[in-house]
Amino acid sequence: MAKVLMKGNEAIAEAAIRAGCEAYFGYPITPQTEVLEYMSARMPALGRAFVQAESELGAVNMLYGAACTGARAMTTTSSPGFSLMQEGLSYIACSEVPAVVVNIMRGGPGLGNIQPSQGDYFQMTKGGGHGDYSPIVLAPSTVQETVDLVILAFDLADKYRQPVYVIADGMIGQMMEPVELPELKPPQRPERPWALTGAKGRPRNIITSLQLDPPTLEKVNLRLQEIYKRIRESEQRHEEYMTDDADLLMVAYGTAARIVKTSIAQARRDGLKAGLFRPITVNPYPYDALRKAAERAKRVLVVELSAGQMLEDVRLAVMDRRPIHFFGKMGGVVPMPEDIVDAMKKAMAEA
Amino acid sequence: MSEVKEEKIVFQRPKALCDVVTHYCPGCLHGVVHRVIAEVIDELGIQEITVGIAPVGCSVLAYNYIATDFAEAAHGRAPAMATGMKRVHPELVVFTYQGDGDLAAIGTNELIHAATRGENITTIFINNAIYGMTGGQMAPTTLPGQVTTSTPTGRDTKLAGFPVRVCELVSTLEGSAYIVRRSAYNPSEIRKLKAAIKTAFQVQMAGLGYSLVEVVSNCPTNWGMTPLESLKWLQENMLAYYPLGDYKVKDSVKELMAKK
Repeated sequence: MAKVLMKGNEAIAEAAIRAGCEAYFGYPITPQTEVLEYMSARMPALGRAFVQAESELGAVNMLYGAACTGARAMTTTSSPGFSLMQEGLSYIACSEVPAVVVNIMRGGPGLGNIQPSQGDYFQMTKGGGHGDYSPIVLAPSTVQETVDLVILAFDLADKYRQPVYVIADGMIGQMMEPVELPELKPPQRPERPWALTGAKGRPRNIITSLQLDPPTLEKVNLRLQEIYKRIRESEQRHEEYMTDDADLLMVAYGTAARIVKTSIAQARRDGLKAGLFRPITVNPYPYDALRKAAERAKRVLVVELSAGQMLEDVRLAVMDRRPIHFFGKMGGVVPMPEDIVDAMKKAMAEA
Repeated sequence: MSEVKEEKIVFQRPKALCDVVTHYCPGCLHGVVHRVIAEVIDELGIQEITVGIAPVGCSVLAYNYIATDFAEAAHGRAPAMATGMKRVHPELVVFTYQGDGDLAAIGTNELIHAATRGENITTIFINNAIYGMTGGQMAPTTLPGQVTTSTPTGRDTKLAGFPVRVCELVSTLEGSAYIVRRSAYNPSEIRKLKAAIKTAFQVQMAGLGYSLVEVVSNCPTNWGMTPLESLKWLQENMLAYYPLGDYKVKDSVKELMAKK
């Protein structure tokens, strides 16, 4: 199929449609709103469900309802909206129903601003809502990769019957790039014996996250942990870029990783051999792969559009085997490649 | 050997009601309302296409009693969940079962917007003027002066505001089609309640819009009364503030009812 030039947010919407998304629920919030707008035209035209919800609480619970019937369903939002969704996402995880959520992160905390940020990393990768759950979180750094990961998100949500998040930011949501999309096909549902579709010719199904008896709730939790273990074993993804001869291993995801690639080219022109380790799944985090990559380098420099959140996972992976440095920008400030090159040189000089 | 004589069954447990002991307190009307819903489901023959959504509150375990597919919602969010289900499966009959705290406090937003969108779903709203499960705190429908564990000297409207009249509120919304208030304090009222729930489900099945049946109910345990005292208190106090009646019956619903 030929490539088309698309804005990130519109590509997210079309990718979901191509992945067989039967229902979309959303609430306007910048810098994500184009997904909602795009879906408002496309979904009804295809005979699929679209609702502009009254709030993100409404949207996430519509998502929960649609997911309970076994439909492929999605909501998209931006940081403050993602905060509101945490209640529903905890229920979705415990109920073991598949659901896809895209967060186009913006500057925070509070109302913050509408510029790109990576300040929701903790909230997205460590659960975010109440209780012990651990959603899969996919981190694209280009519009094409966003398309691919939105489609993957639906497949993983189905496979593990868990919420799957795509963590992107205003830069990716608002940027136009050429993308290739799979063909449009009617949605197909695999066998979902657990779904609430009316108890015709089968015993009735109940979907609940309530277990008043502690040993029973413990069993539910143990089953969830078993799912997360399988996910950790099979779903870790990352990219390595020029790491073979790198003295300085950069670690970054999403928009930060894009900028770091440019910084690496500049640094190498100045004789600083740097490479990039880019986690694609930030949960499950590719700890072992990162440890191995770090051990081939002399130093590690983490770059984020935050105060240093993924930094904690890098420390867990590398421990004290290599010195770890950090460069971050907050408040929607996006660093220039030169700013990062300076940080790289400084890190290597701190011997 | 004596001949086996076929008897005519005149009364039995509805198929849509599970054969289990409920967890409800003695004298609580939840059981009665559950049974009425189950009878309606049987009579309409919709057990295999119905999905219920339980609230957070005393009826959180409603899925153990009404024998259809069931989900358990987050506190107040049942109408949003029902919206998600119904939009992808319009052929299903989707109903929410909610108490006053769930529906008229934490879930007001979800209620209002499901109604105003005219979602083809049905809500059974149990109003007993108190938070039962958490032990008797003030509800959005607690009457002025009513003593609860969080209004120990009685609900002072200067501090705690006024009770919400849900039917009156929701009936103003264009998307609402059938909004009525009933009770269940005696057999005659129970029969009227059953007729209303049946109509509400039929309104949904005909795609006429949002339907809500409020049930003015009791809570002997947290009101600190015997079951009979609670039914008397309900009639003497609740009905004055929450008059029974039809608050919204759209013309399309009247036409439907005339046909039935």
